[in-house]
Amino acid sequence: MGRYIPETLSEQEAMLKDIGYSSIDDLYSMVPEKVRLKGLNIPEGKSEMEVLEDMKEIADHNTVFRSIFRGAGVYAHHIPAIVKTITSKEEFVTAYTPYQAEISQGVLQSIFEYQTQICELTGLDVSNASVYDGAVAAAEAIFMTLERNKDEILVSDTIDPETLAVIRTYCESRSVKVTLLQNKDHLTDIEEVKKNLNERTAGLYIESPNFYGLIEDIEAFAALMHENKARIIEGCDPVSLALYKAPGEMDVDIAVGEGQQLGLPMGFGGPYLGFMSCKKELMRKLPGRIVGETTDHEGRRAFVLTLQAREQHIRREKASSNICSNEALCAMTASVYLAAMGPKGMEKLALSCYSNSHYLAEKLNELGFRRTDEGEFFDEFLTSSPVDPFVLEEKLAEKKILSGLPVKEGILWCATELNTREKIDELIAAIREVM
Amino acid sequence: MKLLFERSVKGRGSDILPDITTGTYKPEGKYLRQSRMHLPEISEVDLGRHYTQLMKQTHGVNDGFYPLGSCTMKYNPRVDEETASLPSFTQIHPLQPLSTVQGCMEVLYKAEKLLCEITGMDAMTFEPAAGAHGEYTGLLLIRKYHQDRNDSERVNIIVPDSAHGTNPASAAMAGFKVVNIPSNDRGGVDLDALRAAVGKDTAGLMLTNPNTLGLFDPNILEITKIVHEAGGLCYYDGANLNAIMGRVRPGDMGFDCVHLNLHKTFATPHGGGGPGSGPVGCKDFLKKFLPCHMVEERDEFYYFADPEKSMGQVRSFYGNFLVVVKALTYILTLGKKGIPEASGKAVLNANYMMHQLKDHYHVAYDQICMHEFVLGLDDLKKKTGVSAMDIAKGSLDYGIHPPTMYFPLIVHEALMFEPAETESRETIDEAVKIYLDLYEKAHSDPEYLHNAPHHCPIGRPDDVKAAREPVLKYEFND
Repeated sequence: MGRYIPETLSEQEAMLKDIGYSSIDDLYSMVPEKVRLKGLNIPEGKSEMEVLEDMKEIADHNTVFRSIFRGAGVYAHHIPAIVKTITSKEEFVTAYTPYQAEISQGVLQSIFEYQTQICELTGLDVSNASVYDGAVAAAEAIFMTLERNKDEILVSDTIDPETLAVIRTYCESRSVKVTLLQNKDHLTDIEEVKKNLNERTAGLYIESPNFYGLIEDIEAFAALMHENKARIIEGCDPVSLALYKAPGEMDVDIAVGEGQQLGLPMGFGGPYLGFMSCKKELMRKLPGRIVGETTDHEGRRAFVLTLQAREQHIRREKASSNICSNEALCAMTASVYLAAMGPKGMEKLALSCYSNSHYLAEKLNELGFRRTDEGEFFDEFLTSSPVDPFVLEEKLAEKKILSGLPVKEGILWCATELNTREKIDELIAAIREVM
Repeated sequence: MKLLFERSVKGRGSDILPDITTGTYKPEGKYLRQSRMHLPEISEVDLGRHYTQLMKQTHGVNDGFYPLGSCTMKYNPRVDEETASLPSFTQIHPLQPLSTVQGCMEVLYKAEKLLCEITGMDAMTFEPAAGAHGEYTGLLLIRKYHQDRNDSERVNIIVPDSAHGTNPASAAMAGFKVVNIPSNDRGGVDLDALRAAVGKDTAGLMLTNPNTLGLFDPNILEITKIVHEAGGLCYYDGANLNAIMGRVRPGDMGFDCVHLNLHKTFATPHGGGGPGSGPVGCKDFLKKFLPCHMVEERDEFYYFADPEKSMGQVRSFYGNFLVVVKALTYILTLGKKGIPEASGKAVLNANYMMHQLKDHYHVAYDQICMHEFVLGLDDLKKKTGVSAMDIAKGSLDYGIHPPTMYFPLIVHEALMFEPAETESRETIDEAVKIYLDLYEKAHSDPEYLHNAPHHCPIGRPDDVKAAREPVLKYEFND
């Protein structure tokens, strides 16, 4: 039914005839007879109107929450209207990877701008054009730290479980030993790091804020790793960087993170983007596309994909990574978002998250949801729960409020700029009804 | 063109967020960032215009013919964008309770069933975010399979010399050694070389069929048999599935697992280099090794289940979900007749275009092609000095995106054309005329082509300078 082929069937027959064939089947003569498909067992096609109705009906089986107090790696934020307008432009949406620089300056320049912004956020020297998501960025960063005699990595157990799962898969396939470090009060324990460091340790992967929302003492870990000729990779929250010390200010070697918060909808898990930046000395180990500035033969400014000697289409099995497509349109989204917010907007955003979540913590405390940790937190925190967290989740869902995430230690709460005082007071009133 | 940062003026910007109403909480000084963050300070109108200018320097599918080989630059239907923008898909947190995400689960479930039927597979994961990511995942399936049988000798992945560069790179990332085998004189797998390469150390074979020359390998059943008899598995690289979807299935050709590029075959847009989606399908016996979060259904309720011996995760959550929404919309629109109609027209377009070029340009393998074909410009270069690069750059001045250049590596001065099914006869006729013009120009004025393009925003960039003196970000003065 639905089709996007311009020609009618009789026009197609005419084309066939012009090149000496009588049917499309003639063109498939190389396909062995016995595996030629008689017909697909899938439904008949439909008109645009019907398909749109069908998809809307499916979508209606989801619940869109009015108010979200859940983060755990993915965060609800306001997305400035201009972001979607710009990133919906057909040229950006439909172009391929910018191999042909002469007709791709738009995409290339936007990636160069994105790289600059990521370097500014993280305070580091070099950024790539993005990878699939924050978890893959962490795994790829670990590979960057490996050296001939250094093939073990320390990973704090306070990191996001999704990221840990991906790190485990990636490291297992490359025979990299992962040592998981036991936390102390939901913070990475420096004694535990010291205990597990050895001459084969390539680096430490740590997140701040960590999965429990706590700020880690990155500087101390960086110093310890460097004393032992190993690297430190920090997984960071890009919003928090407008407020907290940047990785580059703490002697971090590689910064990675999930870029979803920079203008991308939650979208049930994707598409997102993983950002990666590093010190200059690690530049040639960065995976993925990198855009550089150069000139054309008339001396005009030009942007190109560069340092391609690292990549799969040149190096094949010796490449630094197999990555080909990245998340270019998501990177552009992040770039537009950062430009629309500006430095003041980002600071206000970070302070809103901080302030709202601290107000939330105070109000929850009054109801007996006690913080289980004492450390500094940004916009997420863990509490005990005086009621069954799953009952609470269900009751709040009836009011279209998404509670904090029930985890084994209690409930992990989150507030962003969207959780204003009004929304928090409404949540608190709703919880009172349950209790 | 000016960069965002060069348009920045201190103090400018928009008011996106309201004032804070929850008090004056602030972190202690010791935690605070000291260094300045140079983000652009720019009004909304100037920001909008900046990107409109960048847009004008970007060639998308709607700007003109885009015959980029192996990339399947077909038209991206608008309704697919619309369904993927429904708030009840975009505003869903991946960790919501299952009862509140049944719509999303249904999308994954339905897409899995439909794509399994199209590929002849039994199960599929949507976790991989792109084609190469899918390759990696598929190879991990093969690795897990051999490990599970306690067969530690199988460390080699066989890859033909015509393969995409991602194939060997993915095999290396998945912990395998790569064994390259040559192609035969018809561009297919050399059966003797394959027989010689397989053995107790063979973990599997990675193959795309049709291959990167655009040729369907008629020996395909023999090829997969040879690998299976040696104890290896067969991996199907779905980059070229657009030639055969709805007509012959990887599963029926003897492949055990497959990755798809939803951003090629299933019409989701490329976004200037992502987001894509690279789902991986497999036969029943490999299902237990798939990544976590497989969607299952009981009494009309969808839930996640982790396969018994799952490889774990290759990405967070469930992959590029909104891309899957687009692909599902596309498949539902085309349906059982539309899918083979699309592949047939893609193959017709390629043969139609090749037919008109072959009296002038040298076709690398002159036989019926599938959805793409490869020209070898070696002779033209010897005769006129004009290279494949020159012809490609020359086509830019006519508003055509060049074909894939210098690939596959086994053809000298290669140009690889893939005129997808959504291109009309008139568009192809026009493009043929342009390529014949360029051919003529190569003989009459080679110098002109060496310096092409002449009418683009920039001329050929200095790639050597870019790599030797890398400038990878804007340097601020303060």
